[in-house]
Amino acid sequence: MVNSNSKGGSSLEDFGIEYASAIESTSLVNIKDKYGLFIDGNFVDSSSGKSFKTLDPSTEKPLSVVAEASSDDVDRAVRAAGVAYEKYWKKMPGADRARYLFRIARHLQERAREFAVLETLDGGKPIKESRDVDLPLAAAHFFYHAGWADKLEYAFPQRQLEPHGVVGQIIPWNFPLLMAAWKLAPALACGNTVVLKPAETTPLTALLLAEIIRDVDLPPGVVNIVTGAGETGSAIVEHPEVNKLAFTGSTEVGKLIQRSAIRRNLPLTLELGGKAPHVIFEDAALDQAIEGVINGIFFNQGHVCCAGSRLLVQESIADNFIDRLQKRIELLRVGNPLDKNTDIGAINSQAQLERIDQLVKAGIEEGAEVFKPSCSLPENGYWYPPTVLTGVQQSHRVAREEIFGPVLVVQTFRTPEEALEKANNTPYGLSAGIWTEKGSLIHWMAERLRAGVIWANTFNKFDPTSPFGGYKESGFGREGGMHGLAAYLKNSGGRS
Amino acid sequence: MSTSNITFRKTGSSIKVTPVDEVSLEARAASLATRSIKTDSKRAALHLAIRCMDLTTLEGADTPEKVASLCQKAKRPDPSNHDVPSVAAVCIYPEMVHHAVEATEGSSVKVASVAGAFPSGLSTIEARTADIADAVKRGADEIDIVLNRSAFLAGDEQRAFEEIVASKDACGKAHLKVILEVGELGSYDKIRQASMLAMTAGADFIKTSTGKISQASSLPRVLCMAEAVRDFAQQTDISVGIKAAGGIRTAKQAWHYLVVIGETLGTEWLSPEMFRIGASSLLNDVLLQLKRLDSGSYSGPDYVTVD
Amino acid sequence: MTGKIPIAKTYKLFIDGAFPRSESGRTFSVNDTEGELIANVSQASRKDFREAVRAARAAQLPWASRTAYNRGQILYRVAEMLESRKTEFVELLKSIGVNSRSATREIEDSIQRWVWYAGWSDKYSQILGSVNPVSGPYFNFTVPEPTGVVGIIAPTEPSMLGLISRLAPAIVSGNTVVVVSEGHSSLTSVTIGEVLATSDVPAGVVNILTGDQTDLLPWMVGHLDVNAIDISGISQETDLTLIEEAASNVKRVVSRQVNEESLELLSDFLEMKTVWHPIGR
Repeated sequence: MVNSNSKGGSSLEDFGIEYASAIESTSLVNIKDKYGLFIDGNFVDSSSGKSFKTLDPSTEKPLSVVAEASSDDVDRAVRAAGVAYEKYWKKMPGADRARYLFRIARHLQERAREFAVLETLDGGKPIKESRDVDLPLAAAHFFYHAGWADKLEYAFPQRQLEPHGVVGQIIPWNFPLLMAAWKLAPALACGNTVVLKPAETTPLTALLLAEIIRDVDLPPGVVNIVTGAGETGSAIVEHPEVNKLAFTGSTEVGKLIQRSAIRRNLPLTLELGGKAPHVIFEDAALDQAIEGVINGIFFNQGHVCCAGSRLLVQESIADNFIDRLQKRIELLRVGNPLDKNTDIGAINSQAQLERIDQLVKAGIEEGAEVFKPSCSLPENGYWYPPTVLTGVQQSHRVAREEIFGPVLVVQTFRTPEEALEKANNTPYGLSAGIWTEKGSLIHWMAERLRAGVIWANTFNKFDPTSPFGGYKESGFGREGGMHGLAAYLKNSGGRS
Repeated sequence: MSTSNITFRKTGSSIKVTPVDEVSLEARAASLATRSIKTDSKRAALHLAIRCMDLTTLEGADTPEKVASLCQKAKRPDPSNHDVPSVAAVCIYPEMVHHAVEATEGSSVKVASVAGAFPSGLSTIEARTADIADAVKRGADEIDIVLNRSAFLAGDEQRAFEEIVASKDACGKAHLKVILEVGELGSYDKIRQASMLAMTAGADFIKTSTGKISQASSLPRVLCMAEAVRDFAQQTDISVGIKAAGGIRTAKQAWHYLVVIGETLGTEWLSPEMFRIGASSLLNDVLLQLKRLDSGSYSGPDYVTVD
Repeated sequence: MTGKIPIAKTYKLFIDGAFPRSESGRTFSVNDTEGELIANVSQASRKDFREAVRAARAAQLPWASRTAYNRGQILYRVAEMLESRKTEFVELLKSIGVNSRSATREIEDSIQRWVWYAGWSDKYSQILGSVNPVSGPYFNFTVPEPTGVVGIIAPTEPSMLGLISRLAPAIVSGNTVVVVSEGHSSLTSVTIGEVLATSDVPAGVVNILTGDQTDLLPWMVGHLDVNAIDISGISQETDLTLIEEAASNVKRVVSRQVNEESLELLSDFLEMKTVWHPIGR
C-alpha cells in the first residue's frame, strides 16, 4: 500500500494533476541556416566549401549547417591568433584583458535564456540544467578569471611567468558552452590567444559565443572558433605554431594527443574520462544519498566525465538502498529537453546511443540484472532510459569501461577497506563520492581515494574557484581556481 | 545522535532513524519547487489544496461568533461558486469546540481542537490528558497536541514518547495529530527523530508547527517529515498523515507542498485523510487563483471574504 | 700479512631496500679516467625494472601516509648520512673525472639541496593548497598529493647533484621512485642508494637500477604502474618518439632543465585533490 508510486510514472498524474508540458519558448533563439568559421574576428566560409549538419537529438531534425574547417582554415586561424598575440594581446595590460572578460561575462548573463535554449536544442540536455547550471557557471567562469587577469603575479609569487602564445583547445559535446568557458577564460586571462574547436555535434553555442566575442570588440584573432570533427582537431594538434594544447574528451583521443605533444615537447593539459565510484556507507543520510546518486549518474543523461557511474553500497543496506533508488528513478521524467519539468533529456547522438546500448547488452551477457523504469520514451530522437545494473562484478566490462550514459552499475562492499580497494581499482581517477555521517571516515576515504575531485555528502558540484581535473588516466592539469591558471603560463625565457 | 535506533520501553519496538543532510535536503526541496503544472490541471490542484486545508483560529480573543464565521467559510469557501469544495477541518481551542461542532453540523468539515497545554505542552501529563479528554467529549474529531520538546531536547525521549502514548489513549476515537514544533528542534536530524518518535508512539498525523513561533513550516522541513513517514510506513506498514502549518500563504506554496508530498509519498497521501495544510490566509489566495482561472482576468482581495 | 689488498665494493642494484645483483647476471664495467677498471656494475634487466616498480608501488601508500614531519625527519637524516660520507663521495667523483675542488663543491651543494627539499615536507601543501570560496554552502579545499610511482632517468652530469636534485623533490611529498642510471653516474647513484639504505628511508621508497638507459627507457615509459617519469636526464640525442608510449597510461612526463632549488620540481610530482563537503546542521 505504501509507495503506490512505484509503478506508472508520476504519482500526481495518476491523481489527475499533470505537470505542465512547460515548454521553454524557442522564439528568442534565431538559428541561422548556415554558420561560418570565426576567424580573425569574422565569420568566414571554409576554404573547402565543406560543411556538416547539426541536429536536435531529441527530434533528429536538422537545426543548421556548419562550415567544416580544413587544415588550411585551421592554419588561417592559428596565424590570426599568432598575429593577434603579437599585435594586441601580449602588449595589453592585464587590467584591460580583464575588462574584455567582464564584458563577455555580462553579455552571457544578459543573453542567458537564449543560450540555454540553444544549448538544449543542439545538445539534448534538459532546459532545467542548461538554464540553472551551464549558463550561470559559464558566466561565473568569465567573471572569476577576469579578476585574475591583472593579479597573476599574486597567484605564483617568486616566478617570472608569461603566456604561451597561441593555445589550441578542443572541447567535448557534453557541456558545449561551459567547456568553452572553462577553456577560454583562463587562457585569455593569462594573456594567450586561442583557436578553439567545439564538438561536431554541438557547435552552435560556441558560435553564438563568437557573436558575443565580436560584440564586445575583443581584438580580432584573439579568439578563433573553428568547427569540424576529428580531422579539424588533428590539424590544431599538429599545427607547428600552436604553443600549448588543452583537450577535454575521451581518454582514447587524449592519449593520441599526448603522443603528439610528447614528440614535440609541447605543453599539454588533458581532462579525460572517468568511472567514478560513489560510495554509500550504512550510516549515510540515505534520502540525500539517493538524491546524490541520482544526480551523480543521471545529470546530463550521464554524459559527464565525472559521473558517479559505479555505485558501491555497503552490503548491510544494499537491498534497502537499491529499492529506494529504483522507486526514486520511477519519478524521473524523461522526455522533451525543452520541458522545464524534464529531468532526463535526449542522448547526444546516434553514435553515443549505440555505444550505451552495446555496453549495457555486454553487461547483461556478463550476468548483470537490469532495472529500467516504466517510463515511455519519445518515438523520434535518441533516447535511453535511466538504467541500473545490479549483480555487477569488478571484472565486468560495465564496471570498468566508461559508458557515458544514464547507466549506473551497482556493487557492494563490507568494510571501508574493501570500498576503497574497489573504488581505486580503475585506471581512471577523475572523481569520487562518499556518503557517511562519520566525519573521520570522510577524511579517511577522501585522503585515500585516487581521484582529483572528491564529493563528500554531495555530488557533481562545480565552481570556477574550485580546481577540477583527474589523476591517472583521467588526465592532468586542473581547470578552475588558482591552480587552473598554471596551465596557461610558462616560465619566462623559454624554460618550460 | 546522527544515526540511531530509537527503542521504547512500552512497545519494545526499535525504529531506525536515518540521518539527514541539510544542504542536500534543501536542494531537493528547491528542485521540487521548480515543477510547473499544466493549466488544465490547476483547478484540480487548487481544489485539492482546499480539500486538504485546516482553517485555523487560535487566539485568546476567539469568540463563538468568530468561530461560527470561520466554520461558515470552511463549509463554503466561495459563496459565489458551489463547485469550490469545503475545507478539511477547522482548528480551534477546546473552549470553542462545541460552537464549531454546532456550526459544522451536517457538513464534511471536521472539528480539530488543540489540547494539552498548547502551545508549550508544559503542564502535568494528567492535566494535559484531561484537557484532551475534555475536548474529545465536547465533540472534537481531531486533537492537535504538542511534542514535549522540553523532554525531547533534554534527552528524555522516553518521557516524550510515553506522553504521546498517554495522549493517544485519552483521544479515544479522535485522531491524534502531534505537533513537533520543528522551528524549535534545531536541525533536520532532530525533526526526523521527533517524527519517528511521534509515529512510533501512535500519532495519526505529524504536524510541523503551532503557528505560535516565527519559525514554522517550510518545504524542506515537510520533505524531511515526509521521508520519515515513508520510512515508518516501510518499517511498520502504518501510514501516518502529515500536516504542514504556518507560513503557507500562497496558492503556489500550497502547490509546492502537494508536489513534495506526491513525489515523496505517492498518491495515497494526496487526500485530506493523509495530508493537511494548516493556514489562515492561504484560502483566499487559492480562491483568487480559482477566480482567475474562471474569468481569465486577475481578481482582487475585495472579491473574496475576509473570513 | 692481511690488509694490503683492498676489498673492492660490488656495485649492485638497490631494490626494495636490498642490494641484489641483476637477475640477468649481467654487468657492465666502469673505468676511471686512466682507463683502469673501477667496478663491474650490475646491469639491470626489464625484470629488475619490474621488481623495482613492484617495490615502489608497495612502499608508496605507507610512505605517503607517514606524517609530513616524519618524512622531513627521515630526509634530514639522509643529509646527515651524506655529510658523514662526504670524503667517500669526493673520492668517488674524483675517480670518475671530477676535479677535487668541483667534487667537494658538488657534495656540499648536494647536501644543501637535500636539506632544502627536506624542509619542504611540511610546508609545500600550505603554499600549493587552497581553500576555495565556492558559491554555495560547501567547504571546498584543494590539497596536493603525491602522484605515485615516479620513474627517473638520472642525469649523467653532474652525477651526484643531478640525481639528488631530482630525487629529493620527488620523494619528499610521498612519491616512491625507480631511478635508472647509466655509465659513470651509476657509481654515484648506487652509493647514494647505500646512504638511503642506512638512513631510515623505508625499503622500496627509492629503487636504483644501473644499466643501459636506452634498454630500460622503453620499459619505464611503457609500464602501466608508473604514474610519472622525469626524463630530464635523458641524453639530448634521444628520439622523443621513444617517450610517446608514456601516453599509454597518461603518464605525467616531466622534462625541465632546472639546476637550482625549485618548488616547481616538487610540484611536478603532485596531483591536486579537491574535496567538497556541505556546510549544514
